[in-house]
Amino acid sequence: MKTRIFVTLKNGVLDPQGKAIHHALEGLGFQGISDVRAGRLIEIEHEPGITTAQLEDMCRKLLANMVIENFEIEQKG
Amino acid sequence: MRAAVIQFPGSNCDRDMAVAIREVTGADTSMVWHRETELPAGLDLIAVPGGFSYGDYLRSGAMAARSPVMQAVVAAAGRGVPVLGVCNGFQILTEAGLLPGALMRNAGIRFVCREVKLTVENSQSMFTSRYLAGEEIIIPVAHHDGNYFADEATLDRLEGEGRVAFRYAEEVNGSARNIAGILNDAGNVLGMMPHPERMIEAVQGGSDGRRLFEGLIREIA
Repeated sequence: MKTRIFVTLKNGVLDPQGKAIHHALEGLGFQGISDVRAGRLIEIEHEPGITTAQLEDMCRKLLANMVIENFEIEQKG
Repeated sequence: MRAAVIQFPGSNCDRDMAVAIREVTGADTSMVWHRETELPAGLDLIAVPGGFSYGDYLRSGAMAARSPVMQAVVAAAGRGVPVLGVCNGFQILTEAGLLPGALMRNAGIRFVCREVKLTVENSQSMFTSRYLAGEEIIIPVAHHDGNYFADEATLDRLEGEGRVAFRYAEEVNGSARNIAGILNDAGNVLGMMPHPERMIEAVQGGSDGRRLFEGLIREIA
């Protein structure tokens, strides 16, 4: 079983990397982009018995820094 | 006086830190590997040095903060043992929850490696008692993730409680309120991005970092 965890910066937290990517895209001629924010995707292969609560615990204890980041859990069958 | 310098895979300022502590304070200083679950007995100072622990994987300091030795460091900090975290050490202390906030990618994206001017904001702490309040000192920085972030309420609390130890006197990395170093609420944990251990004698280009270690002798003795 595979779970995908998306870790993103909270709203209001400045994202210098996203900003640099934004500038680079504009430098390549892509227009009409209003904002870019960069995050992290973590894929976890695991046994089906792992619960959402356990996955949330993993996010809070290690995968995300709750001071600056949010997480979203996407479970696939 | 007894001190320990914590070593993680990827630490690279550990030996400089040990030299600074030994030279300035004369402390019996031991190196402690990250897999240890106990610290040497009777420590008067724990230093968490700079570097790129665990290759900065996940987030700077994130893996190191969860290593076995850090549980012992957190426990010692809770008992009042002075803990100094420099650069990656500061990142590790925030990740471990010993200090509030987080250190994010520098606002200018670039790695910043140069001498910077700092203002001593709090000269009453055990780490800064040899400085004068408002004094400007020169200490080098070398980091990619030194952009201090905390929510406004936390920043206000840090300022109100005199827990901002050092502030950049120039633009360096986009840090909230130009914060370069902060104390915990008990005042026995200091995290700072600049490297005082690289400024302990004239041959290093200056000695403004020396008084931080001298101050500790007086506080601890």
